[in-house]
Amino acid sequence: MNNTFTIFENFGHSLKASSYRFQPKNIEEICEVFQLAKKTGLTVNARGGGRSYNDASLNGGGILLDLMAMNQVLEWDPASGLIRCEPGVTLEQLWKKVLPDGWWPPVVSGTMFTTLGGCLAANIHGKNNFRMGPIGEQVVEFNAVLPTGAEITCSPNKNADLFYSMISGLGMLGIFTSISMQMKKMHSGLIEVHAWPTRTVEDHLGLLEEGAPKYDYIVGWLDTITIGHGQIHAANYLHEGDDPEPQKTMQLSYQNLPSRLFGVMPKSLLHYFMIPFTNNLGAWLINTGKYITSLRKHTFRESHAAFHFLLDYIPLWELSYGHNGLIQYQSFLPKETALQAWTEMLTLAKKQGLPSYLGVTKRHRPDKFLLTHGVDGFSLALDFKVTDSHRAKLHQMLQEYDRIVLKNGGRFYFAKNSETSAETARAFLGTETIERFKKLKKRCDPNNLLESDLYRRVFCT
Amino acid sequence: MSDSSKPASATPLLPRRRAILVGSSGGIGTALAHKLASEGYTLALLDRNAELSKSISNEINNHYGEIRALSYQHDVTDYNSVPDLLRRVVADLGGLDLFVYVAGFIHYPNISEYNFEEDRTMIEVNLLGGMAWLGQVAPLFRSMKGGQIVGVSSVAGDRGRVGNPGYNASKAGFTSYLESLRNRLTRHGVNVITIKPGMVKTGMHELPGAPRPVFVIMPEQAADEIWNAIRKRKQVVYVSRIWRWIMLVIRHIPSFIFRRMSF
Repeated sequence: MNNTFTIFENFGHSLKASSYRFQPKNIEEICEVFQLAKKTGLTVNARGGGRSYNDASLNGGGILLDLMAMNQVLEWDPASGLIRCEPGVTLEQLWKKVLPDGWWPPVVSGTMFTTLGGCLAANIHGKNNFRMGPIGEQVVEFNAVLPTGAEITCSPNKNADLFYSMISGLGMLGIFTSISMQMKKMHSGLIEVHAWPTRTVEDHLGLLEEGAPKYDYIVGWLDTITIGHGQIHAANYLHEGDDPEPQKTMQLSYQNLPSRLFGVMPKSLLHYFMIPFTNNLGAWLINTGKYITSLRKHTFRESHAAFHFLLDYIPLWELSYGHNGLIQYQSFLPKETALQAWTEMLTLAKKQGLPSYLGVTKRHRPDKFLLTHGVDGFSLALDFKVTDSHRAKLHQMLQEYDRIVLKNGGRFYFAKNSETSAETARAFLGTETIERFKKLKKRCDPNNLLESDLYRRVFCT
Repeated sequence: MSDSSKPASATPLLPRRRAILVGSSGGIGTALAHKLASEGYTLALLDRNAELSKSISNEINNHYGEIRALSYQHDVTDYNSVPDLLRRVVADLGGLDLFVYVAGFIHYPNISEYNFEEDRTMIEVNLLGGMAWLGQVAPLFRSMKGGQIVGVSSVAGDRGRVGNPGYNASKAGFTSYLESLRNRLTRHGVNVITIKPGMVKTGMHELPGAPRPVFVIMPEQAADEIWNAIRKRKQVVYVSRIWRWIMLVIRHIPSFIFRRMSF
């Protein structure tokens, strides 16, 4: 084995880890890596697009199984909307494959550069979590290879225990090798978006709850500097006949995000212009500007890609947070306690002078997956810039946040928070769930070959 | 063997650097282990004396209330075990930012004594062990485009004295090896530091035949100065600093005088 490392980062560029990189092209090559790991005593972690905000796709000092070369769409049936893909297929590949035939992936994340394998491992959700559940609920069947070399097929009826634990299982039980999913029929490449402002947190949550049953998607933006200012975007699919030219709008050329701003400036440069705004004053200016322009209630139509993949609208936006990167803190709270918890959290941030520069809210519902983050309530995702001078202070505040969330019966999401401790994880998952997960891990991975930095942080101490 | 428990996790808000110390139970090694732990490093302590390195790691872990140090039994003359051990230690640490080779051996011969067995041990511990480790660490750091290597050589490597040909040769060899590494690796973002201690109050100076102590410092002061060199990414550092000037003079003593001296 070569003793050279490759350096990997998380999405927020706030963590770096060096690993031995292997890029398998098929199941046999995955098994070879497991054998090598067993021989050398190293651990293995799978990585797809590397879009988790924390250490889920990292394995410092160990082997990283880069699955981006297993990126073939294996079967696609435009009549039924059933698709079977390898784990390295990205959401971008997926929607580009199915949209021209009149379909759309029913659950997508805010960036299209995630892979299906990663989406299942984290059990991602979209702005329609309250309606469609996490991505796992759209999976019809998957195949996986276990570290023992065994190949298994799982569906809600077959190997159901592994189906509900490998999805959400953070890649710690086995490696997905093919995934079958049901797409959703579309009648247009456009989506109708309704936007309206909110003035208080109470107002905000009330509108999210009230709006959810009426729309296919709902998402809120919450200003955490002028607490309570915000905006809600709710969207509905167009019905048959609403779009006079569905053939045209479902073409890929119609969906592509513009690569230039005002038709001149390449957007790949845009993140440099954001640097002056990633500080308290700049964020206040942006948030206030955004709020003022959103005061008018309005309705518009935009492409699916533009609505769903907001994070891709400004390429490399995460670099504007500077060389220490950013972290995201997302909490999921039951609808009864969300208002109280978030008011306490946002007030604390304001008092500490550590406001988040971006706050995003969503409506959720519980699901049956083992390491679920689902609640009958809301989530609030907060982006924080990491700087050398406030690291310790921010760490302390987030620990306080953890206590507030736990006290209010909340949960956390393993693709986001990077500071969650083992105690916090035990508190919200429950000892019983963790024991069940460990028992399954022992069964699937008796030699403990699969480990990530996240797994060591949350399940090993 | 290391502890079965894993070191505390690094997070964006609690970043941790990782270091390996080879020869961690000597005077300088122990002091440096405590210093690096206090600077937030996660450490792998490798030493021939497993009990000693275990007790140092226990002391560190108890002091900080978390696992900051792992200990391993390793004899640096067991060259063939190095590649596998390095891979395992780096995996246990979760990465590597700093590598320190501080293992050393000295025998003080009489002025007329030629002892090949002792000379060989000095070359094996002071030079070959270092080469076995650094030859593995260098490509690793090169592939990471970063990291620092610290080699603890000696002022004894600056000049061949009448007193100890074998020790002088081993340290001169190690100094040269480190300089070559520096020239190879600086262009790849890796910093190589040569530490040249003068007299440090360690076990070495309690051995029979040890020279009369001059300008002696405590190992803790040596560790502080080595840490400064690491922090400032220095290249060649005399510990303590006065030895830079002493050796400047000694290096320039002409041979026709030097060969007549009894020092």
